[in-house]
Amino acid sequence: MPEVKNRQAVTGAQAIANAMRQINPDVVAAYPITPQTPVVEYFAQYVADGAVDTEMIPVESEHSAMSAVVGAAAAGARAMTATAANGLALMHEIVYIAASSRLPIVMPVANRALSGPINIHCDHSDAMAERDSGWIQLWAENAQEAYDLTLIAVRLGEHEDVRLPVMVNFDGFIISHGVEVVDFLDDEVVKKFVGEPKVKYPLLDVNNPVTYGPLDLYDYYFEHKRQQIEAMKHVKRVFKEIAEEFEKISGRKYDILDKYKVDDAEYIMIALGSTAGTVKYTVDLLREQGHKVGLVKPWIFRPFPKKELQELLNGRKAVIVLDRSASFGAEAPVYEAVKSALYEVSDRPKLGSYVYGLGGRDIKVDHIKQAFEEAFSGNINTDEERYLGLRE
Amino acid sequence: MALNIMQLATMFADKNPGITQGHRLCPGCAAPNVAKFALMTAESLGYTPVVGLATGCLEVSTTIFPYTAWNVPYIHNAFENVAATISGVETAYRALAKRGRIVDPDKKYAFFAFGGDGGTYDIGLQSLSGAVERGHKFIYIVYDNEGYMNTGNQRSGATPPGSQTTTQPVGKKLPGKIQLKKNIVEIMAGHENVYVATVSTSEPMDFFKKIEKALQFDGPAFIAAFSPCVRFWRVNDDKAVDISKLAIETGYWPLYEVERGVYRITKKVKELKPVKEFIEAQGRFRNLLKRPDADEIIGELQEYITRRWERLHILEEATKDKPIR
Repeated sequence: MPEVKNRQAVTGAQAIANAMRQINPDVVAAYPITPQTPVVEYFAQYVADGAVDTEMIPVESEHSAMSAVVGAAAAGARAMTATAANGLALMHEIVYIAASSRLPIVMPVANRALSGPINIHCDHSDAMAERDSGWIQLWAENAQEAYDLTLIAVRLGEHEDVRLPVMVNFDGFIISHGVEVVDFLDDEVVKKFVGEPKVKYPLLDVNNPVTYGPLDLYDYYFEHKRQQIEAMKHVKRVFKEIAEEFEKISGRKYDILDKYKVDDAEYIMIALGSTAGTVKYTVDLLREQGHKVGLVKPWIFRPFPKKELQELLNGRKAVIVLDRSASFGAEAPVYEAVKSALYEVSDRPKLGSYVYGLGGRDIKVDHIKQAFEEAFSGNINTDEERYLGLRE
Repeated sequence: MALNIMQLATMFADKNPGITQGHRLCPGCAAPNVAKFALMTAESLGYTPVVGLATGCLEVSTTIFPYTAWNVPYIHNAFENVAATISGVETAYRALAKRGRIVDPDKKYAFFAFGGDGGTYDIGLQSLSGAVERGHKFIYIVYDNEGYMNTGNQRSGATPPGSQTTTQPVGKKLPGKIQLKKNIVEIMAGHENVYVATVSTSEPMDFFKKIEKALQFDGPAFIAAFSPCVRFWRVNDDKAVDISKLAIETGYWPLYEVERGVYRITKKVKELKPVKEFIEAQGRFRNLLKRPDADEIIGELQEYITRRWERLHILEEATKDKPIR
């Protein structure tokens, strides 16, 4: 394992801003929104101090942030932005356009509850509202992963077989404002890892003029959508390749799924983001009591790790899915996807759906224990959505 | 390099500067000439245009995949964000120039954004204001046809009172739109560090000179182009220029510019014709003219136009050689 030279106690926002400093993108356009604000603030200071020579556009809204990075990326720039919650919702229209224009924009999202009612704290309703937008979604458990995945995202989006924008999700406040120890790579190592921007059909190649964003009617639109669908199919393979390369420079291993004590696990919990850390702790506690439990945390949610989950979950006693967002009138998004994937396996586990933590409601070890214990006692129902930490 | 009228005439007649032939805009539409006048001026002065478009007539009719009528770099993003989009392109240009990644660095790049009045006065105003406030070097051109014509003549903030639209029609009870047109020129001039001008394709030299000035201006420029929609203004398809002339002669569309707060009327009309002549020349006001309160509504418009015309002269006098920034 390479020697750690840059170990620091930082917030997740600092970690991401530092990744952005090391990436030194051509263009960053961003608008502040709690809890993403410190990312923009730290980065703006890097610009002001000359620590990067990025051109920063202090736009008047998130809608313009996404619009400007679409323009910049189409022009041939490596472009980044960052947002959260209502900011992401305001971008929504252009989020789709970025993906369909096949622009490899990287956007950290400090996950926060969508209004209304207005709330500034963590849940996943913002990113889940964009899950069909055509963006790759990476999910970080802590500041270290937020840093690492931001670097990986640059390579992933720009890959010839992918050419898609990438959202790096990190839980608002819990990761963005929580202070943790992070091992940073050397600037030169990052520079070499991300490399020069891989640009295709740049607008600014005035000698080969191209038309971006034409009107695409019933005679071509469908085929273009198919191309997006196909591009997504390459993401997992390319992610694995890049993750291997990243492991060589960092000693840190990434995969489609983060599997914690699953080898002999009869009961597996699935969670995205920072809650996975609490689940890991609880898994340890329950194992001390003799329970065969484990955790799966998808590092990638889009494309959905269907095959990987099928292989892993087939034949287990029970699978408990935690969702930090609700789907009104339908099953919660992670649960729905997992349940759908398990339709095809030969030995289906029992399934339980637990929604937790909306609007930043704390999720505790006892809550996680409760969900596991309900499964141990056979109190698990595929067709019932349950809630953790909710007053009835 | 100065404007060469013979060269411009040749370009107009023989070439396809920026926007080419074969697009699907209605015959007689003024919008393609607005784009053509601007881009040929830029090219004749040695600039290489890069173009952004807001969703609208000019956009949908010129880029029906797999065809494009643009032989210059072109980007369309959405309806309300052409200014933010071109600000990203312009910023990328500066970033890549700094890092030595511009393909042809010896060329002079000029960044244009085109939007209709819907994409400019209404839904795109925030994006436009932001980009101008930030001082991006770009030229925004609104082709103002006074309504959402692409979707079939709906009311916009640029629609004049009494004009027939489908979302505020002249009815048995209501007279249609009663509000005056939003004064987009003054709104944009209020950004102060900006060159703002009105133009019309019926006054080509004035148009070319203002584009030249906008290109040479050290900062953002906003050009409001009067752009008759022959289809929904209910005039014959050879009438765009005549109607434009009438708009200028009646003071409905005064030709002037505001450069960092300094006003200059570029077309002095000795005696304004009554605006009623402009109204009566167009079928879109036919229903208004049938109403008993027609004279009252037209009278209010006339009064506004007269006052605005006087006010422009006062501002010209008062701001002479006194830029605000």
